[in-house]
Amino acid sequence: MKNGARRTWRLRLYVAGHTPKSIAALANLKRLCDSHLAGRYSIEVVDLLDKPHLARRDDIVVIPTLVRTLPAPIRKIIGDLSNVERVLIGLDVLPRDDEE
Amino acid sequence: MTATVRRRKRPGNGSRPATRPLAKAPTGIPGLDEITNGGLPRGRPTLICGGAGCGKTLLAMEFLVHGALEYDEPGIFMSFEETTDDLAENAQSLGFDLRRLSARRRLLLDYVQLERDKLTESGEYDLEGLFIRLGQAIETIHAKRVVLDTIEVLFSGLSDRLLVRAELARLFRWLKTKRVTAVVTGERDGEHLTRHGLEEYVSDCVILLDQRVMEQSATRRLRILKYRGSAHDGNEMPFLIDDHGVSVLPITSLGLAHQASSAHLSTGVAGLDAMFGKKGFFRGNSVLVSGTAGTGKSSVASHFAEAASQRGERCLYFAFEESPTQIARNMRSVGIDLEPWARRDLLRVHAQRPTALGLEAHLVTMHRLIDDWKPRVVVVDPVTNMIAVGTETEVKAMLARLIDFMKLRQITGLFTSLTEGGGAAERTDLGVSSLMDVWMLLGNLEANGERNRTIQIVKARGMAHSNQVREFVMTDRGVVLLDVSRRADGSVAIGAARDARQPPAPGSDPKPRRRRGVK
Repeated sequence: MKNGARRTWRLRLYVAGHTPKSIAALANLKRLCDSHLAGRYSIEVVDLLDKPHLARRDDIVVIPTLVRTLPAPIRKIIGDLSNVERVLIGLDVLPRDDEE
Repeated sequence: MTATVRRRKRPGNGSRPATRPLAKAPTGIPGLDEITNGGLPRGRPTLICGGAGCGKTLLAMEFLVHGALEYDEPGIFMSFEETTDDLAENAQSLGFDLRRLSARRRLLLDYVQLERDKLTESGEYDLEGLFIRLGQAIETIHAKRVVLDTIEVLFSGLSDRLLVRAELARLFRWLKTKRVTAVVTGERDGEHLTRHGLEEYVSDCVILLDQRVMEQSATRRLRILKYRGSAHDGNEMPFLIDDHGVSVLPITSLGLAHQASSAHLSTGVAGLDAMFGKKGFFRGNSVLVSGTAGTGKSSVASHFAEAASQRGERCLYFAFEESPTQIARNMRSVGIDLEPWARRDLLRVHAQRPTALGLEAHLVTMHRLIDDWKPRVVVVDPVTNMIAVGTETEVKAMLARLIDFMKLRQITGLFTSLTEGGGAAERTDLGVSSLMDVWMLLGNLEANGERNRTIQIVKARGMAHSNQVREFVMTDRGVVLLDVSRRADGSVAIGAARDARQPPAPGSDPKPRRRRGVK
C-alpha cells in the first residue's frame, strides 16, 4: 500500500434508529478512523428508518452494516464494530504481514 | 439472545364457539387448491421443502403469479439464491412474464446477496435491515403474498446461528402481523425436513416436494405433511412442471367416489349394441378394445366417436399412431365419415407421437385438453403406444389417473390396445384391463384358407352381455356383425363355413320357438 497515503476512505454506515448497537457502531467507527485514517475518511450515516428504500437499493439485510464505497472494491462489515481488528481487516486498512 | 416460541394451549373453557373455517389463499395451481381445500392458510406462513431441483422455487413463484393475475393479490419474491434476472428467465419458460408484472407493480423481485466470504463480522448485529426491506417492499406494491426463497441461506451467510434463529422466529411473527400469506422454501437434508429446522417456525402448513428417478424417468411428487385446522389429503400426489407451470394430479383424492351412471351409450355398431343387451356401454364407462394389428380396433373406436357426434356430444380423439388426415381417410374407406363432425367441432383429433413427451407430460396434456374442451367421449388410440415412453406399471398408473379423472366428469372413454401377435391374446392386456369396465377383444380366426374377424366381450361390469365370439366384416358401412350360425354340434360356423350353411334371411327365425311358460 505504497500509494495509500493520499487515498480517501469513503464509508457509509447503515443503522435503523438510535438503537444501542447503532450508537455503539458509530462511536466505534469514529474512534477507529481517527486513530488509523485521520484526515483521510468521510462517514455517512444512513438511517433506514428514514430511508427504507435504500435497504433494497444497497442490498442491506443486517444492521448495523458498514460499507466501504471507496477505495474500490466495495467492502461490507456487519456488527457494532466492537472488534477493531476485524474492522481494520475488513476495511483493508492494516497492511498484511506477508505483504510489506 | 434466544427466543423460545412456545404455543400454549388455552385452558379449556368447555364450550368453545364453533371454529370459523380457515381463510385460504388460492394458489391457482391446478390440483393443489383441490387437495388443500382451497389453497394455503391466508395470512400465515407455509413451508415448502424439498431437495435441489424439486420445483420449490417454481411452485412458490406460481403462487405469486396467480395471486397477482387472478386474485388481485400482489406479491413479493425475495430470493436468497437466484438473481432477479435468473428468476425472470426461468419463469419465462413457463410463460410467466415477471418483468411485465414487475412493471405493473403486481410483483416485486428482490435478490438478497449474502455471501459469507464477502462479509466481515465485527460485534453484534440483527436482521432489522431485512425487516425494513421487506416492509418497504410490501408497502410499495400493497403486497398480500410474500415468498422467501430460501431463507435458510441466512444460516450459511451469518455465523451467529442463535441470532439467526431468534430473528427468524421474530420474522415469522412479524409476517403474521403484516397479514401476508407467506411461502418459505427450505432445502431438504437427508432425514431432516429442512437443513436448519425451518419447520420449527412454520406450524401452519408444510408441503413436501420430492423428485425420484424411476426407470430413467423422473417423477415429481407432492405431499402435504401438515395443515393445521384444515382437512387435507396426506397422500403423495404426482405433479408436473411443463410449459404451463405446475400442475398437481390429485389421484387418490378421487378414489372411487365417482357416480355410476346407468344411462346407456351406443357403441355406434348396431350388432355390438345388441351384444350388450341392445343398449351399449354405460355413460362414464372405460372401455378397452384390444386386438392384434389390423383387427379393426380403430374402426370400432371411430364408430364410437361417430355415434357420440351424432348424438351431438363432443368427442376428443387422441391419436398416437396416425395423423388426423390419415385417420379420416382410413375411416372413409370403411364408410365412416368423421370430417363433417370435425367441421362442426363435435370431433377433435389430437395427434401426437407418444415419444414426443414423457408419460406424465402426456397425462397433463390430456387433462388440459379435456378440461378445456369438456368432451363427453374420449378415445385414446392406441393406449399401448404409451408403453414406448414408460414401463407397464407406469402406464397403468397413468391410465388409472386418467380414468379416475374422466369418471369423475362422467366422460366415457374408449382405449384401444395393440396386442402382440403370437402370444396369448389376453396376456399383455391384463395390466390395464383391470382398470376397465368393459373389455372387448378383436381377433382374426384363420381357418380353411381365410381370415375372419371376430369380436368378443371379455367383460362388461354391471351389464348383461353376450358370451359369444361373433364374426364381423368391414363393409362400406363400417363394422357389421354377422348373425351367429351354429353347426349341428353347437359350434359356431364362420366365414365360408357359415355361407355353406345358409345365410339366415333377416328376420327369419331358424329355430321354431318353443312355447313355454304360457298358461
